[in-house]
Amino acid sequence: MQNLFAPGHRACAGCAMPTTVKLILDAAGPNTVVASPTGCLEVVSTPYPESAWMVPWVHSLFENASAVASGIEVALKRFGKTDINILVIGGDGSTLDIGMGCISGMFDRGHNVKYICYDNEAYMNTGVQRSSSTPYGTSTSTTPSGKASFGNPRPKKDMPAIAVAHKVPYVATASVAYPVDLRNKVKKAIATPGPAYLQVNAPCITGWNFEAGNTVELSRLSVETCLWPLYEYINGELASVKKIRSKKPVEEYLKVQGRYRHLFKSPDGAELIRKIQAIADANVKKFGLVD
Amino acid sequence: MMKIIEGSHAVAHAVMCCRPDVISAYPITPQTHIVEHLSQLVADGKLNTEFLTVDSEFSALSSLVGASVVGARCYSSTTSQGLALMWEVLYNSSGLRLPLVMTVANRALGAPLNIWNDQQDSVGARDSGWIQLYAENVQEAVDMTPQAYKIAEDPDILLPVMVCMDGFILTHVYEPVYLLEQDKVDSYLPPYRPAVVLDTANPKTFGAFVDPSKFTEYRYMQWDAQIRAKQKIVDAALDFQKIFGRYYGGLIDTYHAEDAEIMIVTMGSVIGTIRDCIDSMRAEGIKVGLTKIRSYRPFPAEALQKALKDASVIAVIEKDTTVGNQSALLTDLKAALYNSKLRMPVLGFTAGLGGRDITVTDIRKMVEISSRAKDGVAESDYQFLDLKKELL
Repeated sequence: MQNLFAPGHRACAGCAMPTTVKLILDAAGPNTVVASPTGCLEVVSTPYPESAWMVPWVHSLFENASAVASGIEVALKRFGKTDINILVIGGDGSTLDIGMGCISGMFDRGHNVKYICYDNEAYMNTGVQRSSSTPYGTSTSTTPSGKASFGNPRPKKDMPAIAVAHKVPYVATASVAYPVDLRNKVKKAIATPGPAYLQVNAPCITGWNFEAGNTVELSRLSVETCLWPLYEYINGELASVKKIRSKKPVEEYLKVQGRYRHLFKSPDGAELIRKIQAIADANVKKFGLVD
Repeated sequence: MMKIIEGSHAVAHAVMCCRPDVISAYPITPQTHIVEHLSQLVADGKLNTEFLTVDSEFSALSSLVGASVVGARCYSSTTSQGLALMWEVLYNSSGLRLPLVMTVANRALGAPLNIWNDQQDSVGARDSGWIQLYAENVQEAVDMTPQAYKIAEDPDILLPVMVCMDGFILTHVYEPVYLLEQDKVDSYLPPYRPAVVLDTANPKTFGAFVDPSKFTEYRYMQWDAQIRAKQKIVDAALDFQKIFGRYYGGLIDTYHAEDAEIMIVTMGSVIGTIRDCIDSMRAEGIKVGLTKIRSYRPFPAEALQKALKDASVIAVIEKDTTVGNQSALLTDLKAALYNSKLRMPVLGFTAGLGGRDITVTDIRKMVEISSRAKDGVAESDYQFLDLKKELL
């Protein structure tokens, strides 16, 4: 198989993002163009004059990749090239925060663009600041834990639900720990006419602060604790769910990450862990994760 | 064919004749009639293009970045707050060397909110790397449109171009206009065939991250392309004249400039009023002339040094100000003169902000003030010409 995301990029050892991108491009194949927003992916993959991209790739700004992709789609249509896959691959800051208006517009106009967010749950390129994808209770550099703070006070924004509300015909979540599932979902997104949204759990070694060899295991734990449910919405209906055979307590996921260390030190930590467990339990109920 | 037509509709017709592949539009007064008419031309089957109705001006220009990278000829139109919202994409599209063309229906920038004409919006974007052409009347805005594509898409230039026309004064006026003939536009403007595009058969990376070892050279090449565009703007006007028979000057134009002691320098639709004033003042024996700026970016420093060399005093009138300094055209012009041998007084007048009419009385007042300066009477070298002091 041709490697469409070449080695030699500058990503950290243990970063889930390049593996995620490689899996996406494996599934999409060489007949693909990609637009990326500003962020870790853009910075590590295109230090001029080098590029890791073996497919055509464009970066314009932080918040406009889905508008850029909209223009790519109509221009390719204009030139009769309707068989080319058009992807956006970007992080959670550019997706859930600053790029929200452009994404909403792209979804609304129904462009045949597949938007894939690698979600590492904070602004990692600028030094682990909180994004609206940062989970409840997470310590980041702008929501640090301290005597008067338990970390991020807000729940994670539900971007897949926002995509579903736009009547995006294919919406799914995935994890770098489930590569076959991820590839299949990319293929399904591409096979579905119109826009698609895929959000991939992608641990960040510096932001989450874990052992470098444990990237995949950590992402698997997010799924097995039911904090990161794997599901698909097709035409607005919940179409598939990855069932969890033996659900693990959230502590197993939290305790191996530096961003949650404060929960195991502060006297209020147990109560916070209980609240995070309640988030996982709500996911179990909402998506029917456990039989 | 001459037709009495609204300015916006005439410009939309000119855009159609340029055969754009992709048009991206977001409504904002007083630009709306341009994109409405374009969408009607699409609905009527007269214009074959991809027409995008987007969620903001920011998305309008961003989508054209994507389309242009694929190799499409692109068009948008905006004004004022919309242009301000595009700010980041203005710099980005120019840095990416994408030959976009956009009509700016000049309007004031708030606060206070004001939908009427001045040129603060595009003048404020002068450093963004876009070429900026300013039209005097509807006919010139029409004729500048294919010229803009010709300049932008020149393989030696590859920079985006703004065609600036005063909002309402030109966009909403009904004037007799020679509409462009399609066959003539086709012979003037060849199809856009960029050398490098987003192509799966030949994958390239666009918009890479450039470190300090090479960034300056990127910026220099962009700067140099604007400087080289000066000749291309002159050539585009001359080539247009050969096919269409109409000519408005290259980078600048002049009126009664030969023996002018008082030289007015300005850009945009106020020139129509100024020409009339010059005619009547000349009849009274006042030696006043006009130098019209067609290209504000690139700035025609050499052409201005030549055109202004025999004047005794220069009066710059413009519909913008630089809060904290003087106005933009004024300071640019003074910078262009400083290292030349020219040492006449240069006076600056801001007028016509937020849609206030610049009247014959205003122009005469400016000429009187300039005439006194010519005779050695010290005046403030920068003032708001039409300020109502009783409202302060």
